[in-house]
Amino acid sequence: MVASSKRTPLTFLVHATVLFLVVLWTIPTAGLFISSIRDKDQLSVSGWWTALSTSEQRLVARAYEPKSQVQQGDRFEIRGNLLEGGNGEIARFGFSSLKPEAYAAGDVAEMKKGRTLQVNANGDYVLSSPTEWKGSRGQRIFYTAEIPPRFTLDNYREVLSAEGLGQSFINSLTVTIPATIIPILVAAFAAYALAWMRFPGRALLIAGVVGLLVVPLQMSLIPLLKSYNLIGEFFGVGSKTYVGIWLAHTGFGLPLAIYLLRNYISGLPGEIIESARVDGASDFDIFRKIILPLSFPALASFAIFQFLWVWNDLLIAMVFLGNNQEHLVLTGQLRELLGSRGGNWEILTASAFITIIIPLLVFFSLQRYLVRGLLAGSVK
Amino acid sequence: MAQLASALAIMIMGVLGCAAYFYGSNFLLDKLFPTKDRPYEQIARNLRTANMVRPWLFLGPAVLLLTFYLFYPVIDSFRLSFFDRTGDEFVGLSNYVWLFGSDEFFESFRNNMLWLIVVPTAATFFGLIIATMTDRIWWGNIAKSLIFMPMAISFIGASVIWKFIYDFRSGDDAQIGLLNAIVVFFGGEPQNWITIPFWNNFFLMIILVWIQTGFAMVILSAALRGIPDETIEAAVLDGANGLQIFFKIMVPQIWGTIAVVWTTITILVLKVFDIVLAMTNGQWDTQVLANQMFDWMFRGGGDFGRGAVVAIVIMVLVIPIMIWNIKRANAEMEGR
Repeated sequence: MVASSKRTPLTFLVHATVLFLVVLWTIPTAGLFISSIRDKDQLSVSGWWTALSTSEQRLVARAYEPKSQVQQGDRFEIRGNLLEGGNGEIARFGFSSLKPEAYAAGDVAEMKKGRTLQVNANGDYVLSSPTEWKGSRGQRIFYTAEIPPRFTLDNYREVLSAEGLGQSFINSLTVTIPATIIPILVAAFAAYALAWMRFPGRALLIAGVVGLLVVPLQMSLIPLLKSYNLIGEFFGVGSKTYVGIWLAHTGFGLPLAIYLLRNYISGLPGEIIESARVDGASDFDIFRKIILPLSFPALASFAIFQFLWVWNDLLIAMVFLGNNQEHLVLTGQLRELLGSRGGNWEILTASAFITIIIPLLVFFSLQRYLVRGLLAGSVK
Repeated sequence: MAQLASALAIMIMGVLGCAAYFYGSNFLLDKLFPTKDRPYEQIARNLRTANMVRPWLFLGPAVLLLTFYLFYPVIDSFRLSFFDRTGDEFVGLSNYVWLFGSDEFFESFRNNMLWLIVVPTAATFFGLIIATMTDRIWWGNIAKSLIFMPMAISFIGASVIWKFIYDFRSGDDAQIGLLNAIVVFFGGEPQNWITIPFWNNFFLMIILVWIQTGFAMVILSAALRGIPDETIEAAVLDGANGLQIFFKIMVPQIWGTIAVVWTTITILVLKVFDIVLAMTNGQWDTQVLANQMFDWMFRGGGDFGRGAVVAIVIMVLVIPIMIWNIKRANAEMEGR
């Protein structure tokens, strides 16, 4: 633009401001992603921005249980490694929570009754006692360790299997694919009729669609829940079915679909349609052979909208699909985890990333169509 | 996997069914009212009848679905708001009396108003600023794409992302939430942000602003590009500086688009539900209408009457925008 061609002192400011805003906007997602691939012990004690630095952690571990003791001469010893194969270096250790850093690595700590504890920098420890170790639980050992950064896919492995995210992923796909395709079909025909066919009540219908565009979903929920219960009872199938949610998403997506497609289809050149009519083509033929191929960009735009909307929806899924495990979609599952695993950020970050990865892929690969759809839907 | 296969099968059946409906019904219409090899008057009559029926074949499924899923429920919600919790017994205005007498309603109404003021304003403002600035730099498209990205993220996913940022550790533990880490870095006292009444509303609003700014930016950026270069050149020749061009030339030209963006986000804000549900579930004075409505739908087995009343309030708030939209659409159709 004109202003940019001049080297104003503002130019630098513009670059800096945009960079600042971009960082501000991307950091939350970046933090989530980085956290999700960090080791869960590190994640819970240090911020994700320290992910690449060696972290000093104060940790507690339990030594092996007394039953693993071995008699060495006249002393009973329990041996093990605090770091359990991981990398790291222990700086200090202790056996009491009051003095967790009482001894340097390699020292021998004197405990009660002639017992001793030695912890080496590599994590090896020896608990030694003149009498037999008793009890069922191992001695607590406090230590301060320098742990190098550790990245892992364990969090993902855990949420996909143990936390039921894998099943939810399939459920989400099951809900989303038909709920994206069906409204397109239904809306395309309606949009053609509203754009190119003459009949009484057309203007009223268009106004109706525009009006329904903004009707809050909340208005529909209770009556539909009642209807679904009745219909479910009538057919004896229960009210929470995939067919039910497909149709619900179809119904709620239709106003936008019809509006977008009608705007696009009514903008197609009338001469093509008129000449096809003169040649004796029926409206059905015109629709199938001319309109559908020509409106591909608009169909794609709406498909992306609907896909993102359905995939990201929580409300409709909770009302019409319920929250039992076999039907739970990703957003619903994430919400359950937020309740039950509120503090376990390794679970939450990995789960959240799984729920957003598909929309993000769709977004970055098909952004062009999304932007086009947004513009068609709003700037009119 | 079996589930996915059956979903795909049903989807294909559904698609084929749809196609069969449209194909079959049109075929039937042509058979019932043939327009070939008949006397002239009959062809004319059949043609007229077929042309009257055919639009409704095309529109049929859409009209049925819209009626069942949107039109009828709006009417029925209105009716239910005068009925008791099960929706069977007429209770007159008592749901409305309850609503206007409850503190919870005023809390959520106040919060909704805050949301309505802050979120559309902030999102449109940032969107406009970013749209203007990214149009001037060579890496503007990359910047836009990154700022647009949160649009693809679900509200619940965004809530997890931001809950992590607001995370609070008590005592001397290192803060792993970014916000508290920054506060501590500058020597401040870490806070449990989402439990501080009143201000926590703003921490929830930030999430929606974060999501919606990209939307505002994309729309406004397109509108800014639509401003004829001559206008701006003329202003430059007349000696206007950057800010004057922005406020006196560009903004007035895209005023209509700003209004559209504003209203679109306003409607979204009225329906905001997932964020509040996930972040606080209405605790610590953060309740909003949509979440309250959802709550009443299921609380203690569900109270349909009270739920419907809250929904009506949301609807009433939307109606002015609805009327404005319809007027705009009509004006635009006449312009064609």
